[in-house]
Amino acid sequence: MTELVVDRLSVAIGDAALVKEVSFRLNPGEMVALLGPNGAGKTKMLRAALGLEKKSGGAATLGGAETATLDPISRALKLSYLPQTRPLAWPSVVRDIVALGRFSHGAALSRLKGADADAVNKAIAACDIDHLSNRKADTLSGGELARVHCARAFAAQTPLFIADEPVAALDPRHQFRVMDLIENFVRDGGGALVVLHDIGLAARYADRLIWMAEGAIIADGPPEETLTEKRLADLYGVKSHIDGLRVEIDGAL
Amino acid sequence: MNRERLVIPVLVIVSLASLIAACLLGSTPLGPGRVIAALFGFADAGDTLVIWQIRLPRALAAFIVGAALGASGAALQGLLRNPLAEPGVLGVSASASLGATFALYYGFAALSPWALPAAAILGALAATALISFVAIRTQSVVTLILVGVGLSSFAGAAMSLLMNLAPNPFSLSDMINWMLGSVANRSFDDLKMATPFLFAGLIILFANRRGLSALTLGEEAASGIGVDLRRLRIAVVTGAGLTAGAAVAIAGAIGFVGIVAPHLVRPFVAHDPARSLLPSALLAGIILVLADIAVRVLPTSSELKLGVVAALIGAPAFAWIAAQRRAASD
Repeated sequence: MTELVVDRLSVAIGDAALVKEVSFRLNPGEMVALLGPNGAGKTKMLRAALGLEKKSGGAATLGGAETATLDPISRALKLSYLPQTRPLAWPSVVRDIVALGRFSHGAALSRLKGADADAVNKAIAACDIDHLSNRKADTLSGGELARVHCARAFAAQTPLFIADEPVAALDPRHQFRVMDLIENFVRDGGGALVVLHDIGLAARYADRLIWMAEGAIIADGPPEETLTEKRLADLYGVKSHIDGLRVEIDGAL
Repeated sequence: MNRERLVIPVLVIVSLASLIAACLLGSTPLGPGRVIAALFGFADAGDTLVIWQIRLPRALAAFIVGAALGASGAALQGLLRNPLAEPGVLGVSASASLGATFALYYGFAALSPWALPAAAILGALAATALISFVAIRTQSVVTLILVGVGLSSFAGAAMSLLMNLAPNPFSLSDMINWMLGSVANRSFDDLKMATPFLFAGLIILFANRRGLSALTLGEEAASGIGVDLRRLRIAVVTGAGLTAGAAVAIAGAIGFVGIVAPHLVRPFVAHDPARSLLPSALLAGIILVLADIAVRVLPTSSELKLGVVAALIGAPAFAWIAAQRRAASD
C-alpha cells in the first residue's frame, strides 16, 4: 500500500520558519481537506512533502521512500500533483494535455498505445470532457480547463492525488463537479489531499480535515470533531454558524 | 490528424527540391542534365567543380545552418515556454560569433581546425546558460528578451573591442561576415569541422523532447509528472548551445529563422514542442537555402549577406509574432 507519511517536516528560509514540525498521513481510500488562511504555509508544506522544495527538517516518505531523494519518475508513478497555478504555455489539444499525465509511464504524446491510450480515454470519460478532447486549450472556459487538469492528473493512475486549490475561481456548480471527480477517485481506492478555501465544501466532501495556521497543524480529524465556530473565529477571523456539517459564515469578526 | 502525418514527408521532399534548385541556379547557367551529370561525376571538370566545390557545399551549409537554428529555436522555445525565444534574439548567436572572432584574432584558430567551432560553441553555451539562469528567476517574457538584447549588444561591443586590441588586425569585412552571417565560399571542410558538434546537439535535443512537451504544463506541474527539471534544463541548454554554436561556426550569426520556422510549424503539430523539433529544423533549412538562392541570383552590385536577407524577412515576422501575443500570457 502506498501512503504519504509526513513526520515533523519543517521548512525555513533564513530565519523565518514557514512550516513548523508538521506531521500527518495520507492513506489510500480517504479524502483529506487541508484548510487554513492565506499564508498558513499549505503550499510550502505540500511542496516540501513532495520533495519539490528543500526542507529544513523532518521526513516525508511515499510508500516508505524519502520523497526528497526519490527520482521524479518513481514519485510521479505513486502520486499525481495538481499545483495551484496551472499556466499552459501553448494552445495544446485537450487530449494531449491529458496524455501528459502518462509522462511517468514513458508515453509520447503523438503515439499513445495500449495501457496509455486506455488510461487517457478513461480519464477523459471520468472527467466528462469527451466532447472537448479535440479542442484547443485556449478555447476552454475556466470550469472546462479545471476538469482537463483533473483528467491529466487522473490519467497517471496513481494511488495518491494532491491538488492545491483545484476549485479556486470556479462557479459553485463547477466546484461541485470537480469535487465529485475527486470523490470518485477516492471511491475507486485512491487517496486525495485537497487544499480548499471553501469550508462548507471541505466539510461536505472530506473524511478528515487538516487545519493549518502559521506553518503548523493545529488540528487533524473528521469534520464532526474539528469543525467548530471557535476554530473558524480563531483561524480565519470570521463569525460563523455551524449546524452539523453545514457552515454558514456571517461575516468578518 | 492526417495533416500532421504529412508534415515531415512534405518537408523532406521540399528540402531535397530546394537543394537541387540551389545547384541549378547561379551565375553560370547549368541545365538539369549537366547538374545531374556533375553530381554523379560524369560531367566535364568545369561543371564538376562548380557543383561539388561551390554550389553543393554552399547549399548544404545553408541547409545545415538553418536546420541547426530551427531545432535550437524550437527547443529553446519549449524550454522557456516562449515563442519569441531563439538563438539570435537571445544573444546566443552573437556570443558565439564573439567566441569565433576571439579564436580567429588571437591565433587559436590556426592551432587546430577544431578551435574555431569549439570557440563558437563555448560562446553559445555560455550565453544559453546565462539565459536559462535568468529564465529560472523570472517568468517575464519581456525581461528575458531584454536580457537577450543586452547580451547581443554586449557581444557586439566586445567584438569591436577585439578589433581594436587584436595583435593582427584583419579587415572590418571579416567582422561584418561574422555579425551578418553568410555561407558564401563554404567548403565541405568547413562543414566537416562543425557538423559533429551540430549532430551531438541535435541528438541531445531530440532525446529530451518529451520533457519539452511536459513543460507545456508549467515547471511545477512538469516536475509533478516526473520531469527532472535540473537535468532537462542542462540538457536542452547544452543541446541548443551546441547546435547554435556550430551554426555560427559555419555561417556567422544569422537571426530570426529560429523564430519563424517553429512559429509556422506549430499549428500543424498541435503546438507540441516535441513534435515541432524536426519539422522546424527542416523548414528553417529550406528557408535558408531559398534565401541563399535569392542572395545569389539577385542582381545587386555586391552580393547581399544571407543574414541580412534572413533578418529582412525574419525581423518583421518577429515583430508580428510578438504583437500577436496576448498581454495575459506575459
